[in-house]
Amino acid sequence: MTENKKKVPMGAEDNVAADLIAPVAPDHSAMHSHGEFHHHHHHACSNHHEGGHHLLQVEHLSVSFTLYDEEKGYWSGEKTQLDVIDDLSISVHTGEIVAIVGASGSGKTLLADAIMGLYAPNSQVKGTIYYDGVQQDVQGLAQLRGREIAFVPQSVASLDPLMRIGKQIGGSAVERHALYERYGLDTSVDKLYPFELSGGMARRVLLLTALINKPKLIIADEPTPGLDLELAVKAMDDFRAFANAGGSVLLITHDIQLALRVADRIAVFKDGTVIEETSVASFADPALLEHPFTRALWHALPEHDFAVLDYVEEDSLPSAAEGHSFGVAEKHLSGATATKEGE
Amino acid sequence: MSAILRNLIKFVVLLWAVSVVVFLLVGMSPIDPVQANVGQAAYINMSAEKRAQLASYWGTDLSIFERYVNWFAALIQGDWGMSLRYNAPVAQVLATRSLNTLALMLVAWLLSGVIGVVLGVVAGLKRGSWADKAVRGYCFVLASTPTFWLGLLMLMVFSVWLGWAPLGFSVPIGKSAADVTLLDAISHVILPALTLSIVGVANIALHTREKTIDIMESDYIRFAQARGMSRMQAARAHGLRNLVLPAITLQFASLSEIFGGSVLVEQVFSYPGLGQAAVTAGIGGDVALLAGVALVSAVFVFGGNLIANVLYRVIDPRIKRGGDAL
Repeated sequence: MTENKKKVPMGAEDNVAADLIAPVAPDHSAMHSHGEFHHHHHHACSNHHEGGHHLLQVEHLSVSFTLYDEEKGYWSGEKTQLDVIDDLSISVHTGEIVAIVGASGSGKTLLADAIMGLYAPNSQVKGTIYYDGVQQDVQGLAQLRGREIAFVPQSVASLDPLMRIGKQIGGSAVERHALYERYGLDTSVDKLYPFELSGGMARRVLLLTALINKPKLIIADEPTPGLDLELAVKAMDDFRAFANAGGSVLLITHDIQLALRVADRIAVFKDGTVIEETSVASFADPALLEHPFTRALWHALPEHDFAVLDYVEEDSLPSAAEGHSFGVAEKHLSGATATKEGE
Repeated sequence: MSAILRNLIKFVVLLWAVSVVVFLLVGMSPIDPVQANVGQAAYINMSAEKRAQLASYWGTDLSIFERYVNWFAALIQGDWGMSLRYNAPVAQVLATRSLNTLALMLVAWLLSGVIGVVLGVVAGLKRGSWADKAVRGYCFVLASTPTFWLGLLMLMVFSVWLGWAPLGFSVPIGKSAADVTLLDAISHVILPALTLSIVGVANIALHTREKTIDIMESDYIRFAQARGMSRMQAARAHGLRNLVLPAITLQFASLSEIFGGSVLVEQVFSYPGLGQAAVTAGIGGDVALLAGVALVSAVFVFGGNLIANVLYRVIDPRIKRGGDAL
């Protein structure tokens, strides 16, 4: 896990540093034993490295924005650097679902953008991304997105409101209707506009926009909010089926319970980085979890009776602005932050 | 069905209100039509009986309320009254002048619409580029340019210095109406129309630019890019489609502005349209003609907005499938 410590700028213009690094990802044994720890993460028993590497491997990714400093005067025009993602590493194996779990508004969506090579003009991106063992630059990622790597957005707001669904999903009518058949949609969906979709139809249509391109990796950004539990579970089952058929899924979510239910591994996202990448099995026992925050997360799960009050002093809670909306009572998580900082 | 009826009632009430306001304003106006029309010197030398005769001929001996009732009663029977200044039936004056104004507005409206949308889209897509800065600079300068001043400038440059365009009017001077060709008409309309559209472009381009920026930052453009399209491909496939609706609204809403501008432009170019007739009628106290012009312009603007509403509902599936189209 020590290779490639160098940070490579990934801006479109300055890829000169790319040849400093081996263009091929480090080799791996094809199979791992259960719970084996290497390469930043614990593995799940199902994990294997097809071709001797991860399907997607993100190393030391940092994303920051240059902004005008609001605290300085309007006329001073001083710029400030805002780090949103900081030295983040994560890997996705072939045939698995990795859930990135983090609070809403903590920059998880930016991670998806960075992996797809979609950068805002005022952002700086550093790090290395390997796809299928090959290091990617911005052009490489642009070639992959929509083809090898597909994105499933949160809601129908990501569909063109004035274009019929069939045209937006794309592909040939035969391919499309085969997918409709598999996902229980009627061919009349072709003629509908996004605003006419029900919640359940919208979820499947968004998934089909990805599947029609036969991707190897799906990045799903919060695919469940706004769906009732039954639909959310169905959405998760669809991702599971895709992974079981050999695809890979990077699931970005704030809902740890749903993630535990469907994913092979969980990456806990906090303060712009992944603090722990571990198998779902590790959540069976807090002793298997490395990071105090992850352990606090475990304790905060409803089925563990919110058993954190002896673990966290109520008085030491920082402002409620931190660590909110994990789908569980927020004060416990905030408390965990305090514990982490106090250790 | 009820929507059509609702719009019809709105329309009638609007016209009625416009006519009331016109008569109220004329009633408050210090201009004495008799004095204004026969001239200062003639008026002073006129006998008292002659003045009274003229006053009763033009109806100024009655109160404005009585005049309104008379005018309204006649209008309902289809009689728009007589224009004092043109010494012709108002309906006839309006018919010829509406045609001139319609030609002027149509050309100006199409020019400003097409140029404005194109400039706005380019500026919005290439935000921050030199093209964007040039378009914005152009728009800010023109948005703060008085229409009549620009008209004078155009006349100076294109008619006086360069001699490319005729110096006013809608037909060549001294040519009989039967000999006027379409080319004559076009050459006379082009300069005032250009003046009107140059000013109109600023507004439309700036609005279109904002809308383009909004659309390019929308979730669906971002998603289209995530699906492998380039930014420009996404703009073509999804951006333009979504720009059509706001562009149509803007285009039809700008009708009233172009109409307002045409009053000034017609005056500068001595172009015999409704705007010029309105000025003449206002200064001469020609209340029947003024009311007629006001009603016709209300029809223009109301009609424009109504067309925009109908088009919107025809084009936007969210409204179209929601129910009735009016």
